[in-house]
Amino acid sequence: MKTWRRKGARVLGGFEQQEAAVLRGLVRQLDDMLRARSDEAPQDELAELTGIRTGPSESPNDPVLSRLLPDFHKLDPDNPSKEDLDSAAALRSLHEPTVLDAKVGVAAVVLQTLRPEGGDVKLTFEQADAWLSALNDVRLALGTALDVTDDMPDDLPEDDPRAPHLGVYHWLTWVQESLVQALTD
Amino acid sequence: MTTPAEAEEAVGSELGAEDKPWQTVVWNDPVNLMSYVTYVFQKLFGYGRDQATKLMLDVHHKGKAIVSSGTKDKVEGDVAKLHAAGLWATMEQPA
Repeated sequence: MKTWRRKGARVLGGFEQQEAAVLRGLVRQLDDMLRARSDEAPQDELAELTGIRTGPSESPNDPVLSRLLPDFHKLDPDNPSKEDLDSAAALRSLHEPTVLDAKVGVAAVVLQTLRPEGGDVKLTFEQADAWLSALNDVRLALGTALDVTDDMPDDLPEDDPRAPHLGVYHWLTWVQESLVQALTD
Repeated sequence: MTTPAEAEEAVGSELGAEDKPWQTVVWNDPVNLMSYVTYVFQKLFGYGRDQATKLMLDVHHKGKAIVSSGTKDKVEGDVAKLHAAGLWATMEQPA
C-alpha cells in the first residue's frame, strides 16, 4: 500500500489488489454484522408514531459487537446496581441506532472509495475521517476476535491459528496510523 | 387531565435533578492507537493538540480520564459520539 499523504485539500493513497480485497472483505463483514444488529431493534407503534427510533436495551452477546457498542455506564461485573443497569438499558436503547448508523455510514465510504481491484485512492478530509473510523472499527473487530492485548507480539508461532490474522491486524494498524499522520502532520 | 400550568410545574421540578453534573470517562483499551485517540479528542471536543495528548496519556497510563462534563444530555451525546469513533467511553456522576 502507498503511504497516505496529503496534497492540498485531498488525502492520497493506493492499494494493491490483494490488499483491497482483504480490506473490502473485512469492511463488508463488519457491515453485515452491524446491519444484523440494527435489524434487532424493537419495532413498536410508539416509535412509528413519533419517528423516534429505539434500539435494543441489552448489550450484544457477541464480543465483537459488544466492543463496538459498549454500555453507557461501567457496570460492576459481579454486582451491578439496578439503577446503573436500568440507566444503561435506557441510554443504549436511545442512542444505539445513531451509533450504528454512523458505523454503517463510514463503512460505506470505504466501499465507495476503494475499488475492488485496488489502485489509487483520493479522499476529501471528510472521507478520510470516515476511513479512520471504519479502519478503527475493523481493527476493533479483528482485535477482539484475536483477543489482542497491550503487549501483543509482532508474530505468533506458525502453528497458532491466529497467526495469519494477526498479520492482517498489524497491517491495518499501519494503514490507520499512516492515515492519522497524513491528516495531522 | 393536565393544564398547561401544571405541565410547566412538572418540568420545573425535574430541572434540579437534571442539573447535577455528569462526566464523560474514556477507558484504556489495547486496540486504539494513541495518535487516533488524540485526534478524536481534538475533533470532538475542540481540545488543542497538547491538551488532547495529555488526556490521551492519562487514559494510557492511568487507565482512564475524564474528557468532558456537563448536563446529562450533553454528556450522553459525547459518549455516543465517542462510541461512534470506537473509543470505550462511559458516563457517571461524581460521588
